[in-house]
Amino acid sequence: MGLPEYQLRDTSVQPVVYTDHVEAEIVEPGAFKQIWKRFVRHKLAVAGLIVTVLLILTALLAPIIAPYNPATVTNSFSAAPSGQHWLGTDQVGRDVLSRLIFATRVSLLVGFVTVALYVTFGTLIGMAAAYFGGWLDMIIMRITDMFMAFPFLMVILVVISVLGSNMTTIILVLALFSWPGVARLVRGSVLAIRQLDYVKAGIALGYKSPRILFRHIFPNAVGPIIVNATFGVAAAIMSEAGLSFLGMGVQPPTASWGNMLTDAQSLTVLTDQPWLWVPSGTMILVTVLAINFVGDGLRDAWDSRN
Amino acid sequence: MLQYIIRRVLIAIPVLLGITLINFLIIKLAPGNPVDMFINPNTPKELLDTKKELLGLNDPFFLQYFKWLLNLLQGQLGYSFSTYAPVTVMIGERLGPTLLLASASLVVGLAIAIPVGVLSAIRQNTKFDYLMTGLSFIGTSIPQFFLGLGLIYIFAIQFRLLPTGGMTTLGGSGGAWDLIRHMIMPVFVLGIVIAGKKVRYVRASMLDVLQQDYLRTAQAKGLHPFIVTNKHALRNALIPIITVVGMEIPLLLGGSVLIEQIFQWPGIGQLTIQSILSRDYPTLMGLNLVAAFIVLVTNLFTDIFYSAADPRITYS
Repeated sequence: MGLPEYQLRDTSVQPVVYTDHVEAEIVEPGAFKQIWKRFVRHKLAVAGLIVTVLLILTALLAPIIAPYNPATVTNSFSAAPSGQHWLGTDQVGRDVLSRLIFATRVSLLVGFVTVALYVTFGTLIGMAAAYFGGWLDMIIMRITDMFMAFPFLMVILVVISVLGSNMTTIILVLALFSWPGVARLVRGSVLAIRQLDYVKAGIALGYKSPRILFRHIFPNAVGPIIVNATFGVAAAIMSEAGLSFLGMGVQPPTASWGNMLTDAQSLTVLTDQPWLWVPSGTMILVTVLAINFVGDGLRDAWDSRN
Repeated sequence: MLQYIIRRVLIAIPVLLGITLINFLIIKLAPGNPVDMFINPNTPKELLDTKKELLGLNDPFFLQYFKWLLNLLQGQLGYSFSTYAPVTVMIGERLGPTLLLASASLVVGLAIAIPVGVLSAIRQNTKFDYLMTGLSFIGTSIPQFFLGLGLIYIFAIQFRLLPTGGMTTLGGSGGAWDLIRHMIMPVFVLGIVIAGKKVRYVRASMLDVLQQDYLRTAQAKGLHPFIVTNKHALRNALIPIITVVGMEIPLLLGGSVLIEQIFQWPGIGQLTIQSILSRDYPTLMGLNLVAAFIVLVTNLFTDIFYSAADPRITYS
C-alpha cells in the first residue's frame, strides 16, 4: 500500500481506480512480452478483451451490421420484438437493435477520446509537478484539490447544462474533471522513480530534464497509467450513459445507451415495454464490465509481485 | 498532531477560495441570463434593464464575484431565480434527505464489503473468493440507474412490495417504517455500488496484513483463530480503508443526482436537476459550493482520523 502521506493519497474521483502500486519497477527489455504472458493467464481479462474487441468491431461496422438506419422511422411504434425487429421498435418507431448498435459508437468514442485527452494532460502535469517540485508542485496539487472537491457527476451536469450538451462538450467536461486523479497518480510514481539510482546517474551525467523525464522516468511509470486509463474508459462510458439518461448527455435523435434508458422513467415503458430499456442497460453493464476486467488483468500483469 | 490539523485547515482555505472562483466562472459562462429567459418578451426594455441592474447582472465579472463572495462570508447564497426563496433555505431543506441516503448507503455498503472482503482474503483463491470478486466487478460495472429501474420493476411493480419512489407516502401517516420502506431500494443500489468497490480494497488490505510477522506471532502464541482474524488482523486492515471511505463522499454526493432522479428522492440531487431545468444559477452555485465544502471537510476529517488510527504515522 502507498504511504498514507497526504499528497500520495489516492483521492481519485473516478469510480474504480486502483492506484495502490506506485512502486517503481525497472522495465527490462522484453518486459511487454512478459506482461502479455501474465495477462493471458487471467481468464476474465482475456474474455473482457475479446468482448471489447467485438464492441470496437461493432462500432466500426455499425452501418453494415445494423438492419435499419437508426434514425429511420418505421411503420410500427413501440412494437414488441419480432422477426422483423429483433428487439422491437421504440415509441417513435425506430428499430431498437439498430439504435443499440449505433450507440456503441457513441459510448466507445466518448470513453476512448475522453481518456486519451485527460490521461495525456494529467500525465504531463503530474510529471512536471513531481520533477520540478517546489512551489509549482504546491500550486498544481492545490488545483487538483479544487477540481476533486466538486462532486463528480453533479458538477459535470451543471457545466454541461451551461455550455450546452453535445458530444464535444461532454468529452471536454468529463476530461476537465478527470485529469487530477491521473496527475496525482503520475506524480506519486515519478516521485518514487526519481529516487532510483539510474535517474540520479542520468542527472549526474548532465542529461537535460526533458530527456530524463521522458526517456528515463516515463517508461517506468507507464504501467499504472495504462491501468488507470483502462478503468477510466469504463468510468467515462458510465458517466456518459448517466448524463444521457438524465437528458443532459448525447441528445436524441442520436442514439446512446444512456438516452435509450431515459424513456424507462415512465411507468408504462418500464412495465410494458422492457425491450426499450433492458437491452441498452445490459449493453452498458457488459461493456463496462469487460473493460474493467481488462484493467484488472493489466494491473495483475504489471504487478510482478504476483 | 494539532500542528498537522492546523496546517491542513490552512491549506484548505485557498482551495476553498479556488472552488468558489471555479464555481462562479462556470455559471458566468452561461449564455443569456435569467431575466431574458423568464420575462415576457413584450416587457419594455427599460424594465428589463432595471431588473438586470437590480440583480447585479450588468456589473463587471470580478465585482460580481466579490459581491457574491462577501455575501457568502455572511452565510448568504443569494435568492433562487425561480422560487425567490433564499438559496440557503432551499438547500437546507434538501440536504437532510441526501445525507440520510448517503450515510445509510455507506453503512450498508461497508456492512457488506468488510465481512465479504475479509472472508475472501482468508479463503484466498477459493470458489468463494472468485465468486465474490466476480460479483464485486458486476457491482461496480452496473449503472445505478439500470439497477434502480430493475429493482423498481421487480419490487414495486411486479410484487408491489415497495413504493416506486419518494420519501414518504403522500397522505400517509408517515412514521419510521414508512421512511424505511422508501429507503430500501435507493440505499440498496448505492450500497451495492459502494460494496463492489470496497470489497476489493478490504481484501487487498487484509491480504497485506495477513503476511505480517505480528500475525504469525499471534498464531504461534496459540491464540484462537477468531481472535487473530478479528482483533489482530482486521483492525490493522481497516486503517487504509478509512481513506478509501473518504474518497467515496464526492461520488455519493455526485451520484445523488441519478439515484434521486430515479427514486424521486427530495434531496440535493433532485434540486440540481430542477435548478438546471429552470436555469436557476444562484441555486446551482450554492449546490456545488455546499457539496464541495462537504467534500473538503470530510477529506480533512478522513486525514485526521487516519493519523489518529495509525500511531505509526508521523507528520512533519
